[in-house]
Amino acid sequence: MTVHQAAEHLPYELDTPLISAVADAPPPGRGAGALRATLTFAWRVLLKIRHVPEQLLDATLFPIMFTLMFTFVFGGAMIGSPEAYLRYALPGILAQTVVFMTMYTAVTLNTDIERGVFDRFRSQPIWRPAPLVGALLGDTLRYSLASAFVLGIAALIGYRASGGLGGVAGAIALLLVFCFALSWLWLIVGLTVRTPAAVMGASTMILFPLTFVSSAFAPPATMPGWVREFVTVNPVTLLIEAARGLLDGVPDAGDIALVLALSGVMTAVFAPIALRLYTRKV
Amino acid sequence: MSHETWAIETRGLVKVFGAHRAVGGVDLSVPAGCVYSVLGPNGAGKTTLIRMIATLLRPDGGTARVLGHDVTTEAARVRARLALTGQFASLDEDLTGLENLTLLARLRGHRGRAAGKRAGDLLEAFSLSEAAKRAVKTYSGGMRRRLDIAASLVVRPDLLILDEPTTGLDPRSRGQVWQSVRALVDAGATVLLTTQYLEEADQLADRIAVLDHGRVIAEGTSSRLKALAGAAALRVRVADRDDRPEAARLLAALLGADPVLEPDPVALTLRVDEPAAAAKALAAVTERGLRIDEYALAHPSLDEVFLALTGKPADGPAPRHEEVPA
Repeated sequence: MTVHQAAEHLPYELDTPLISAVADAPPPGRGAGALRATLTFAWRVLLKIRHVPEQLLDATLFPIMFTLMFTFVFGGAMIGSPEAYLRYALPGILAQTVVFMTMYTAVTLNTDIERGVFDRFRSQPIWRPAPLVGALLGDTLRYSLASAFVLGIAALIGYRASGGLGGVAGAIALLLVFCFALSWLWLIVGLTVRTPAAVMGASTMILFPLTFVSSAFAPPATMPGWVREFVTVNPVTLLIEAARGLLDGVPDAGDIALVLALSGVMTAVFAPIALRLYTRKV
Repeated sequence: MSHETWAIETRGLVKVFGAHRAVGGVDLSVPAGCVYSVLGPNGAGKTTLIRMIATLLRPDGGTARVLGHDVTTEAARVRARLALTGQFASLDEDLTGLENLTLLARLRGHRGRAAGKRAGDLLEAFSLSEAAKRAVKTYSGGMRRRLDIAASLVVRPDLLILDEPTTGLDPRSRGQVWQSVRALVDAGATVLLTTQYLEEADQLADRIAVLDHGRVIAEGTSSRLKALAGAAALRVRVADRDDRPEAARLLAALLGADPVLEPDPVALTLRVDEPAAAAKALAAVTERGLRIDEYALAHPSLDEVFLALTGKPADGPAPRHEEVPA
């Protein structure tokens, strides 16, 4: 005959007095302010880059492949020489790389929601937008790293920016401003779409036409009328033209101002929506 | 109105998702300094209820106050004093345990090295020092749970809310969670926990509310609830299936309870109000020459509690880890 005990005696291994003592330690005077909280979330992005460098690599390998392929396969046919084509296409490839990376903002946020870590952040007594703004700031660093990577490879295969270091820095800065503004849109996507995979799908659908149907790889003058019309109103074309001007040493103040204005408008429209969704998130 | 005798006080709390009333008018009064358990099957509205209390979800009706502060109009004050450990570990899987806690320590105002020190102390208290520098995705279920609880204690909360803290854990990890909860109460916190197990509520809680379809159907001390559901359930397996009717008749007469005949043709279960009576009844059965293979005295299951309270078993879906493909 077997007898089961109602409650087994479990091995009591945790040091309960220590837990009580540690839990009861005096708290710091006050919580982190808005700036510190935001920087803490930006720090989290850095930690993620360190632990999951593949993500950064994934995002940059593709454009590097493009750079090489377009330059050496199509370059001669399109503009006459690979070198000349590289000079034309590089700003587009750079913009495409970074604009594509903004999508990860949505994916990361959506994964946080799914895993529950989002609830942990949302229940902290901190400045409410800190997790979002911090993530966008951290992402800006990812964009800079990716830009440096693409430019480094381009330099290796013979790219020289006639705009010099100043032109390169200006072009990257412009890219970062644009992408920071665009990322607010991705926050909205990340907060509304159900799963990270669906976020990927939705973002790719938006980003492919935006980045390819632009002046990135071929001058709009060579395209049929209706495509050309889309290309000229495409904000990514605008960004590419402004960056190209800076890299080539012939900055166009009008283009640059337009990109900055557009970024301002995107932030003004998308940021309040994203923040509202974030605080109301069910 | 806003005195602090109640750690949580809800009045007519309602949350509706589309046509579904997830929480349909809940009144709870949780005294400060106690462990309070919300017991109910999956889908009873437990998570929705605590998410409203934790300011993560806006109520559609009624009010909720945490330590005297309204969860909608004074949400920031509520957040400063409570910590929530969700049903699924709310941690960053890519980061290490140390980084997860350091991040939270910084948010709560620990600066520079002090944040890392606080994180290290918490890891040590929860026996996680060795895993401090490993990514959380390599942690076992029990380790995640402990880290998750540690994350709620970066600054000691006055109210700690735990959503099904032991669902899916092995018995040893479950024991460790129970220990942690007791340690926190010793440190002066009020704990609100949800569970699907009467045993857990009984082990930990001073008071229990039973939730069914978004409503509280019973509330009181654990002994009051057990008086309703029976202190224990006696399960007997006879050696010969032909003996079962006779054993059932005898036990029913001796224990004054209705026997439940299980699908297993040799098994039956009865509710027992007085455990000592079970021993006598079993002795009487064997004296009659009926052979008993096996017997066990256990806590009544959630089903038995629901049977006693509503006359029908809990009809929520089975807990995830006990799901068996049909």
